[in-house]
Amino acid sequence: MAALNVAERVTAMLRIRRFEEQCIRLSKEGQFPGHYHVYIGQEATAVAACAALAPEDFIFSTWRNHGHLLARGAAPDRMMAEILGRSGGYAGGRSGTLHLSVRELGIPATSALVGGSLPLATGAALACKRRGSGVTVAFFGDAALEEGAFYEAMIIAAVWKVPILFVCENNSIPSEQRKRGQYTSSTLPAARLADVPQSLQIPTEVVDGADADALTDCFDRLVAEVRNSGGPRFVEVRCTRWPGNFPLWPELPGGEWQLAWAFGQQPDHADLAAWLQYSDPVLLYLCKLAAAGALDRAQMEAIDARVRSEMTAAARFALDSPFPAAAEAYRHVWAQAEGKR
Amino acid sequence: MRINFAEALARAIHESLAADSRVMLIGSGFMGLNMAARQMLDPALREFSDRISVTPVSELALAGAGIGAAMCGQRPIVDLSTGSFIFQAFAQVANEAANIHYMSGGQTSVPVTFYSLGGIRGAGAAQHSQRTQAMLGQVPGLQIFTPGGAEDAYGLMKWALLESQNPTVFISHSLLFAETAELVPGAPMLPVGKARIRREGRDVSIIASSITVPRAMAAAQTLEREHDVSVEVVDLRTIVPLDRETILQSVAKTGRAVIADECHRSFGVAAEIAAILAEEGLASLKAPVCRVTVPDVPIPYSPPLEAELTVTAEKIAAGVLRVLGR
Repeated sequence: MAALNVAERVTAMLRIRRFEEQCIRLSKEGQFPGHYHVYIGQEATAVAACAALAPEDFIFSTWRNHGHLLARGAAPDRMMAEILGRSGGYAGGRSGTLHLSVRELGIPATSALVGGSLPLATGAALACKRRGSGVTVAFFGDAALEEGAFYEAMIIAAVWKVPILFVCENNSIPSEQRKRGQYTSSTLPAARLADVPQSLQIPTEVVDGADADALTDCFDRLVAEVRNSGGPRFVEVRCTRWPGNFPLWPELPGGEWQLAWAFGQQPDHADLAAWLQYSDPVLLYLCKLAAAGALDRAQMEAIDARVRSEMTAAARFALDSPFPAAAEAYRHVWAQAEGKR
Repeated sequence: MRINFAEALARAIHESLAADSRVMLIGSGFMGLNMAARQMLDPALREFSDRISVTPVSELALAGAGIGAAMCGQRPIVDLSTGSFIFQAFAQVANEAANIHYMSGGQTSVPVTFYSLGGIRGAGAAQHSQRTQAMLGQVPGLQIFTPGGAEDAYGLMKWALLESQNPTVFISHSLLFAETAELVPGAPMLPVGKARIRREGRDVSIIASSITVPRAMAAAQTLEREHDVSVEVVDLRTIVPLDRETILQSVAKTGRAVIADECHRSFGVAAEIAAILAEEGLASLKAPVCRVTVPDVPIPYSPPLEAELTVTAEKIAAGVLRVLGR
């Protein structure tokens, strides 16, 4: 719950971005099977939310969970090993990217069904209420509002008055992209997502997902409100989707993210250039820090170099971790009393 | 002491609440439309009202909240009311609760109990008469308890609430509420996963669970009295875990098997047991197995139509005579 200083916040955001870039590289090399989702463009949300939490708190995520886990303190090497289906992963290769969870960090399970984690998170908040301490944060995308599970979870959270913060990361694509017939996103017929929980008497807020300082203020305040009052809150974080998420499989338009882009250089990709200028929470935060003299370019380069080498090492650890033995498929169906069934 | 099935449930819930402060109720119907049975639970509900969550009609999120609370240190029981309503919660029961321990690589366990008052209860028609145990039996990671007697309703409920580390679907049946059994307070329970030989016999094994247990017992009495047939009745108690060993041992002794089950015929509990006998017990069989089950049609409302499909003691007895070649 200790507030992050600017260098720590930059480090936390860059760790997510560089982790996801490794993930995309390993996927393109064919190092792991299956679809996956990256958190590029939303880093400031997870970092601000998790910085407001205490060790006893719980978080729940979705299939787009890498950023939430890293911000909560998960080890990138074990995460990457899990994504690669290796024995060194958090679930020994049983979960892959979709269900990454780390119980000791208050992330007991990750559902990869749209809206699936919302009832679970509400139950975790009920457990917090019963033990008399702790809060639960549930991260989900805008599509969750199209599921019945969303309404049922909101209803019981409001009726039971449990300490939960619902964080809707609205990463819908801009309308011009939708007109071009590309990958569609939320089709909810509500002008403002927050209207929906508002109608159930849950206090709501809207915050800009590209503004790291605004997010920090917002999450510090909302988590404190939930902690003190015990009632649910809902926040819509407005994120503009990163252009690398427009295709069916993540790609790196313009290649790996460059620190130089925060200092006047431009990527060779028009959509990306526009996104960086208006919507990239990492780049905008670095520009702000540089302008304010809070962190200079050399300091940023040093942080980035450390983060890159950490993530290169995580990828190496994962690639070196052996695949699980076939017999491992049969373990962990049941808690305790295994082998008796 | 002699108690009935409804008293057994009420007593188990009350004692579990008293024994462990992590036990909590999400919903508190349990006894369905039976007012007398509801009154038996009232003392527990009054004494532990701070551990009972009021429940909007939101089965999906109630089931999910039970799972979430269980993952985070509580031991909830979620009353999903009439058996068919578990369909409203299926996504959480089958795709979250059952998978979480496995998906987390053993990090997280989910000691939640889902209570489901299932079965053909009389005038329930198609949507309030479902038996879901066979469907749920297809989901690895769920324990499925199907007690057919009051002592097992008591013991299995207490075990689920106080000792289990895994998600449990407790299949109850309102037509069992008046069934009585001898309960010795404090006596050790037959272990979970062990079938109960309700009655020993030499000629035929009837394998039953839930509501078909008292009906199999009635059939066995009639057969002994009127046909001089010695019937063994195997009460499965739980269909997950399933006690294959006791089934095979009983059939090895009698050489004949009638499987009485209230699920639909195809892909049902009886079908699974018949498959086990075919794979591992064929040498013991002196006659083909016989399944006495509900035909593959929805349950109708009108009493004579419902009766046509119901697994009765008479139909079970007829199955026994058939495998005996009589």
